[in-house]
Amino acid sequence: MIENADQIFVLLQAWLLSFLPAAWRPAAGVVLDVVAIICVFPALFALTTVLERKGLGRIQNRIGPNRVGPLGILQPVADGIKSLTKEDIVPLRADAVLHFLAPLVLVVAVFMSFAVLPMGRNMVLVDMDAGLLFFFAMGASTELSVFMAGWSSRNKYSLLGAMRAVAQMISYEVVLLMSSVSVVMISGSLRLTRIVEEQNQYSGIFPHWYIFTPWGLAGFLMYVVAATAETNRSPFDLPEGESELVAGYFTEYSGFKFALFFLGEYLGMFAISGLGTTLFLGGWSAPFSFLGWVPSWIWFFGKLMLSMCVFIWMRGTLPRLRQDQLMNFAWKFVLPMTLVNLMVTALWRFLGEGWEQWVFCTAILVAVYVLMGRAEMRSEHFGPRRYRYAE
Amino acid sequence: MLGEGILKGLAETAKNFAGSFVSADRLTTVEYPEQRIAPIEATRDFPFLVYDGGDWEAGMRCVACQICEKECPPKCIYIEKSKDKKPDALGKPQFYPAKFDIDISVCMSCQICVEVCPFEAIKMDTEFELSTTDRFGGLLLDRKRLAKSNEYYHKVHPTEAAEVDARLAEEKAKADAKAKAAAAPKPATAAKPAPAAAKTPGGETHA
Repeated sequence: MIENADQIFVLLQAWLLSFLPAAWRPAAGVVLDVVAIICVFPALFALTTVLERKGLGRIQNRIGPNRVGPLGILQPVADGIKSLTKEDIVPLRADAVLHFLAPLVLVVAVFMSFAVLPMGRNMVLVDMDAGLLFFFAMGASTELSVFMAGWSSRNKYSLLGAMRAVAQMISYEVVLLMSSVSVVMISGSLRLTRIVEEQNQYSGIFPHWYIFTPWGLAGFLMYVVAATAETNRSPFDLPEGESELVAGYFTEYSGFKFALFFLGEYLGMFAISGLGTTLFLGGWSAPFSFLGWVPSWIWFFGKLMLSMCVFIWMRGTLPRLRQDQLMNFAWKFVLPMTLVNLMVTALWRFLGEGWEQWVFCTAILVAVYVLMGRAEMRSEHFGPRRYRYAE
Repeated sequence: MLGEGILKGLAETAKNFAGSFVSADRLTTVEYPEQRIAPIEATRDFPFLVYDGGDWEAGMRCVACQICEKECPPKCIYIEKSKDKKPDALGKPQFYPAKFDIDISVCMSCQICVEVCPFEAIKMDTEFELSTTDRFGGLLLDRKRLAKSNEYYHKVHPTEAAEVDARLAEEKAKADAKAKAAAAPKPATAAKPAPAAAKTPGGETHA
């Protein structure tokens, strides 16, 4: 029974495929998986928009949307109908082809990255040997669509937004990769299912998740920073800073194309949270050994929604960074920290089991963090800005 | 240490989030159509015409002097003077507005009409739910829609209305004294103020 609940989607797929001739089954299986992904994640997107609007409201001591349906849960339906019925405006002098393709490229690239995420035991669309590499390749191609959108719109705000977005995403991509490399160093594999298997072991009741090691925690925190920047979420939402750029690279989009950008942004958050879960939070494994009976996909999606809540919480808390702060933070603080973390990870590996690895690794990381943080906060480009003329 | 401020901020927002479920006084939102806050006395939006007594046509204080029409900065008032006269609150025969229209889509709520009116006939309303599907006819208020009783005026602006009543009563008393002084030597005209005396300003007798 418990086994069945865990594998319910795998069994369901097998049962559906049993109606088809054997020759069609591999192709039909892939189609089924793709359809499932295309249905589940947009549904989660709809759920997240409500959560976000209500959560942000509560953070600001407001009630949030509560008019459409009970407690406002049908709000995304209303939003969807609204964006579908809006006029689709393409600027007269825009590059029509690129303008049309940009949102599609974004959504397609983001959906592709779901292909390698293990969403439960035996629940992965393509179990690639270099799954992590594939994920980052797909993640990087969202930059292309962002720049396509900004360039083709022929609008200064769009172009500025796109340039900001590309600068930011490329800077933080380095950090994202570097913080994930430490996981690869320990698990010895780029295959995401293997990385989850490595973490799905228990000492006593506690799991071997990488976040519970000094290098894992540091890596996770840097991964969160980079993931937030990578998905253009607040406090790194400069590319769409509405106070200065209208809406950034999708200023000239309306109607359903706008909704596609919105969808792409949230799907990107899901993908990157899913990868963070897989790399550091043990993917679909249970947080305690005695909770192993709960279906694995519940853990994966639970962790996913939890990280979405953290994203929302951060958005409700932090103000937007300035462009120079953003760049300085990436190149002068987070990137050196990831390099130190790589070294610490190597040390962890070669010190072997014992208290030494815990003490040394923690000490090095904390010392570097504190010293570098102090030094940087004192420097001019990092700390509070001093105005030469406007004091 | 670096990052301390972020943790503090996160704690603050978490407190707000949790607190908004626990204490209702954190939520300042008034969910308007269902919930309403008590009206504020000093509020004003569009003018209305005050009448005394029960009959809006007979008790209308306006004498169609057209001062407000001339003073109105956006020119949203349109008045047509009547041909005949009717007795006013003091019993004096006066003109009355045969037509009095205010286009509230033009009105800018400046209250100048109220300030220039020598007869306390036009006052500011607090009624704000005036949306209509007909933006021309629906927003052009005629005499009948503009007329509101003195009791209503007392309800929306109690302090101001009391002052106005006191002032009118004073004027009335003065007029009565004058009429009495004028009537004393000539008893033939004494009958004239008598019907007017029944209609005191403020409309208390008809309330």
